[in-house]
Amino acid sequence: MHENNWDVIVIGGGHAGCEAAAAAARFGARTLLVTHKLETIGEMSCNPAIGGVGKGHLVREIDALDGLMGRVADQAGIQFRLLNRRKGPAVHGPRTQADRKLYREAMQAAMQETENLSLLGQPVDDVLVEAGRACGVVTQDGETHRAASVVLTTGTFLDGIIHIGTERVPAGRHGEAPAITLSKRLYALAEQTGALTMGRMKTGTPARLDGRTIATEKLEAQPADEAPVPFSFLTEKIIVPQTVCYITHTNQATFDIIEENILQSPVYSGQIAGVGPRYCPAIEDKVARFPERKSHQIFLEPEGLDDPTVYPNGISTSLPAELQDRFIRTIVGLEEVKIIRPGYAIEYDYVDPKALLPSLELKALPGLYLAGQINGTTGYEEAAGQGLVAGLNAARAAAGEAAVYFDRAEAYLGVMIDDLVTKGVSEPYRMFTARAEYRLSLRADNADQRLTEKGIAAGIVGPRRAKAFRAKMAVLTAARTKAASWTMTPNEAGAKGMHIRADGLRRTMSELLAYPSIDWKDLQAVWPEMGDWSREIRQQIETDALYAGYLDRQQADIDAFRRDEALSLPSDMDYLALEGMATEVRQKLAAARPVTLGQAARMDGMTPAALTLLLHHARKNQRAPTKSSET
Amino acid sequence: MRRPDQAPETVFALSTGAGRAALAVIRLSGPEVETALAHLGVDKLPAPRQAAVRKLYDPEGGALLDEALVLRFVAPHSFTGEDMAELHVHGGLAVTQSILAALAKLEICTPAEAGEFTRRAVLNAKMDLTGAEAIADLIDAEGGAQQAQALRQMSGSLRQLMESWRETLKTTLAHVEADIEFADEDLPGGLGQRALEGVPELAAAMQAHLQDTRGLALRDGLRVALLGAPNAGKSSILNRLSGKDAAIVSARAGTTRDVIEVAMVLGGVPVTLVDTAGLREAGDDIEREGVRRAKLEAEAADIRLLVLSPDTRAPQGEVEATQAADLVICNKADLGAVPAAELGSFAGGDTLSLSTLTGEGETALLAALQGLVTQRTGAKEAPVLTRERHRQALSEACTALERALAIADTGLELAAEDLRLAQRALGRITGAVDIEQLLDIVFADFCIGK
Repeated sequence: MHENNWDVIVIGGGHAGCEAAAAAARFGARTLLVTHKLETIGEMSCNPAIGGVGKGHLVREIDALDGLMGRVADQAGIQFRLLNRRKGPAVHGPRTQADRKLYREAMQAAMQETENLSLLGQPVDDVLVEAGRACGVVTQDGETHRAASVVLTTGTFLDGIIHIGTERVPAGRHGEAPAITLSKRLYALAEQTGALTMGRMKTGTPARLDGRTIATEKLEAQPADEAPVPFSFLTEKIIVPQTVCYITHTNQATFDIIEENILQSPVYSGQIAGVGPRYCPAIEDKVARFPERKSHQIFLEPEGLDDPTVYPNGISTSLPAELQDRFIRTIVGLEEVKIIRPGYAIEYDYVDPKALLPSLELKALPGLYLAGQINGTTGYEEAAGQGLVAGLNAARAAAGEAAVYFDRAEAYLGVMIDDLVTKGVSEPYRMFTARAEYRLSLRADNADQRLTEKGIAAGIVGPRRAKAFRAKMAVLTAARTKAASWTMTPNEAGAKGMHIRADGLRRTMSELLAYPSIDWKDLQAVWPEMGDWSREIRQQIETDALYAGYLDRQQADIDAFRRDEALSLPSDMDYLALEGMATEVRQKLAAARPVTLGQAARMDGMTPAALTLLLHHARKNQRAPTKSSET
Repeated sequence: MRRPDQAPETVFALSTGAGRAALAVIRLSGPEVETALAHLGVDKLPAPRQAAVRKLYDPEGGALLDEALVLRFVAPHSFTGEDMAELHVHGGLAVTQSILAALAKLEICTPAEAGEFTRRAVLNAKMDLTGAEAIADLIDAEGGAQQAQALRQMSGSLRQLMESWRETLKTTLAHVEADIEFADEDLPGGLGQRALEGVPELAAAMQAHLQDTRGLALRDGLRVALLGAPNAGKSSILNRLSGKDAAIVSARAGTTRDVIEVAMVLGGVPVTLVDTAGLREAGDDIEREGVRRAKLEAEAADIRLLVLSPDTRAPQGEVEATQAADLVICNKADLGAVPAAELGSFAGGDTLSLSTLTGEGETALLAALQGLVTQRTGAKEAPVLTRERHRQALSEACTALERALAIADTGLELAAEDLRLAQRALGRITGAVDIEQLLDIVFADFCIGK
């Protein structure tokens, strides 16, 4: 046996790689992050923004587990806006435009400060495999680096090809070389084990504009929120200066140019086979799919406070550069615009995530964890969330500890990973709040209450956050106790000007707060102590009151869900030998190897009969728990 | 469950009624059907779905048991979705018992539990819950109207209605979700609120079905209570009605307590006619108990017939129990008319004159009764709710929709939550639900006939 230099090696320095390396290091693992260029660690390759509805929830969860993205975005955010402000707190989406340079610098600084973490600027050529386990990497300089676990976060680099018109350039990102040997390695593994399916996906990015040549006076400005809401539970106040975005639209002339030339787009000429996301389509797709709509909204997003580059969100394209120039100039405000560099589409390899365990470890190659776009997702936040989970579990495995899973009832992280490993992907996967069955419980505002304690137990929450969290919880718990113990009769309430049904029933302060006709001030007049509570505590008490009825109803569902999740299936179950089950179902189960009965139930094409049979196995397994079963 | 660590076993059962008959059918289902047939000496298996005559032998000793018509179905193309066989044997007691005994001796199969074949069909997704319920109802049907209702449900009328409502809800929910998810994109403003505009209509359609109790009434049958003073002639009416050709007395035994019941089928609907103790000021404790039960009967009955006669006093003291009479029968018409004063407070309903002695008015009574029965059960082609389970789920869906409308201004996400709840409640009716709930229904509450 070789002695490992490292516990965990993370390949890649993007959003997934950074969170993976930082999480492993926080756990205490000797961690090495290897990426082709140290200067691009924390680069935002696509749009300069973090968060949104669903995505913002993920950032809060990463932060609750002491991850980096929220803290870094708070240091780089230049236009904070809380989305869905007019809807309830469960669907509030924290979001900000981010200064690309500030973000990169803050992320690199955070990585430098992280104990147990070393950084190496080298392209990785190969993953070392011995005795059926991943056990290190080989870098381009020929060096071998050994580790107990390896996390692979290739983003768009895995055999990446950039398309602009008919031009095809092998690249992982604009001006950066792709990872071709690694791609070959995974394809070989796929062939060798048969337990891995590889595919191609594509995504796109718009041209970058010179902001100094945009006629902003013609455009509608969208300001930041007056009181920016930070991502991190540890950030007290946003101190980065805030700026504006501008909004413009495509028009008939834009439409005509694109429609006439659509066959010059590699997506429509047949040059690209990869599947793109429906959620952020290229402008060519918008024109082709909604021919009746001539006007599409474009956000002109600044890439930095001292950077004139503007990201025109909404017109991602892979048309030839000359055509990009033409159609962009038809847009109001952009008539005289100077294009810094053209937009492009990029195709890259991904691995069907059904090949993964919920720990994000590859079933076919123990010791290798995958996170980010390699798993068929899109978005920085999705990548970062997976990175954190992969890094945590890679580190725990290196230390001989059991994997930590997040379930659908406690975190969007759990929803996302379960969707990926159970259902796979048919297009780049993006988080939506509608994907969560228990959306009202999985809020951005309570991510810490849901996850920080679990993060402490899992070993990835540092002392500063743990202390701040416990201090907050002490105050919040005291306030909640009061909100539930202070009571009034309808008569007493009436005497204070609060009119409710005179049924003689005493109601708690929290129940009274749930009445649309009663507000905080009315109640504070009765219980003056409420005036001492901080804005944060007040919001929690208000949210508790608003959702109480719904959350009580949901609890029974969550209990039922957890019962099925508690029934773990033996990891060595011989599905092909299960009698009384259709061959097709047996094969599906054998390929998927679900971890719990609940996960099996969510697989496509499962019949109740097959599940009944599995239930029996699960019950049997529960009576004699195996070592691999989860906490 | 029998052997919890094993795959579902092969089961068998006599699927036709017990007793002497020309034919009897024994069904088998499960993975070992072919082996079981081989043990019975069927060494040449008939082609699937083709009937063939085969000799059946006792696996122990080899005695000939019968010459049977053997039919085979191969999974998944069978009623249960498993391998199946049907043995059409001669219907004698000795024949059927010896074949069942021979099968029971085989280690590879066991007798089916009640409802087992249908249960397996549901578990193998061959039919939904309403389909399974319809089969049970069809087997239990005692009259043509019940039969027609069960057949309509079996053909999927209820399932289709639920699915169409679920589809509508799905679209509504999708628009509401779009409003929530894409807060930052240029979707039409107020998309979610506009999507909710269709909800009141949907809720009203559900309410209409909830208020229509005819499907349940038809499935359960109706109770008709005969009320009136002692000696007004209630028992004679009961006897005359149950003796008529038009009212076929069913095989169900009437229970004799303080009330006498006679079951019959009227217009294709099973009807239980209940004779109550006379309503009057009761003397002793036993009589008082009888009167108390009569009142309960009156309240529980679907149809109330009040019997008066010229020679008895109307039960004026019991107005509350009798005022709601659907039909007032002036009996003993051969003795004269019931005095108008007696009739006074009951004159609201239809009145009919009858003599059980001469038979005068009997045809009219039967026609009137049948009219009342049809009115309460006669749903036309529309799919109807036939079980309390359906009503509860639909009522839950309806409540959720009403709540969604009320809460939408407070939070669109709360309206979405209620739409999801409504969708799930509808799904429960057909069984298109999460697995744990389906298993709960199937294994706990759901018991259906074979």
